[in-house]
Amino acid sequence: MANILQAGTPAPDFSLHVTPDQRLSLNELRGKPVILAFYPADWSPVCGDQMALYNEILPEFQKYGAVLVGVSVDGVWCHAAFAKDRHMHFPLAADFEPKGEVARSYGAYRSEDGVTERALFVIDRNGVIAWSYCSPIAINPGAEGILQALEALPS
Amino acid sequence: MSKLSIAVGAGDHVQGDPAAECGLVEYGDYECPHCARAYPIVKRLQQHFTTSLSFVFRNFPLSQIHPWAEPAAEVAEFAGAHGKFWEMHDLLFENQESLGSALFLKLADRLDLSPSQLQTAITEHMYTAHVRADFSGGVRGGVNGTPTFFINGQRHNGPFDFDVLSNAIEQALSAGKPARRE
Repeated sequence: MANILQAGTPAPDFSLHVTPDQRLSLNELRGKPVILAFYPADWSPVCGDQMALYNEILPEFQKYGAVLVGVSVDGVWCHAAFAKDRHMHFPLAADFEPKGEVARSYGAYRSEDGVTERALFVIDRNGVIAWSYCSPIAINPGAEGILQALEALPS
Repeated sequence: MSKLSIAVGAGDHVQGDPAAECGLVEYGDYECPHCARAYPIVKRLQQHFTTSLSFVFRNFPLSQIHPWAEPAAEVAEFAGAHGKFWEMHDLLFENQESLGSALFLKLADRLDLSPSQLQTAITEHMYTAHVRADFSGGVRGGVNGTPTFFINGQRHNGPFDFDVLSNAIEQALSAGKPARRE
């Protein structure tokens, strides 16, 4: 498993497409806790996969004022179709070109597979990583760790 | 990351002896095809382990992808309030392909429950809080999709076919009764 960036490290900034004509930069979110959820691919064949789960519990994240961003190497059109199909209410960022560059900067890229790890980062209001976790690729880590990390952030 | 956060208690629907040596808890969604696949497997496990296994079902409706999951969960809770949770639970899974208001009323009628009371319960969200509480407890306890099983309070990772689950239950049984039951 990759060595992902650990708590205490400033979160590398990025600017990625979240829709065909819109980009999202981490900088823009300064002042709010950010949950970065890297996941291997859209269209995972199970219900209640990781992103669907986070979509369901978005209100719990929002209680902490947190913003959730999903990141995979899928392109914007793929994300758009996936988000529409699953009724996603949070942005999916396309780490598409150069492929996996943002994931690499977080230590969360799997060169052997060409996809990102299943890695979670909770970034505090000042842009510093407060918690990170890399799950075995086949295991959906759920949301418990994220919620605990958000709870532990100074308000 | 993988322990049942809320102990089995009075608010739960339990089949079998709550003090049985092994407690199986499922977080499920009535519209999830994987949960429908797990439904007969749980029945087989219950037949196989008889009195040494108790079974609890908690709601984890993924309503963004399954529009009937939340109402179905409320229908089961309504039936539960009238002592017919498990009858409704079974019927909902057995009729998963036709979930919807018409089916809910038909099933209520079939179980001698008042369809009009059911309608009121749904429109007034009488059981929404219960379903949401199950959901939130699940999220805190590491439920990561549906179905998620806990065996004596530990999350079961991996497949949920009969052989895998029965092996896991055997192991829990041979590990003996834990000092602190979850």
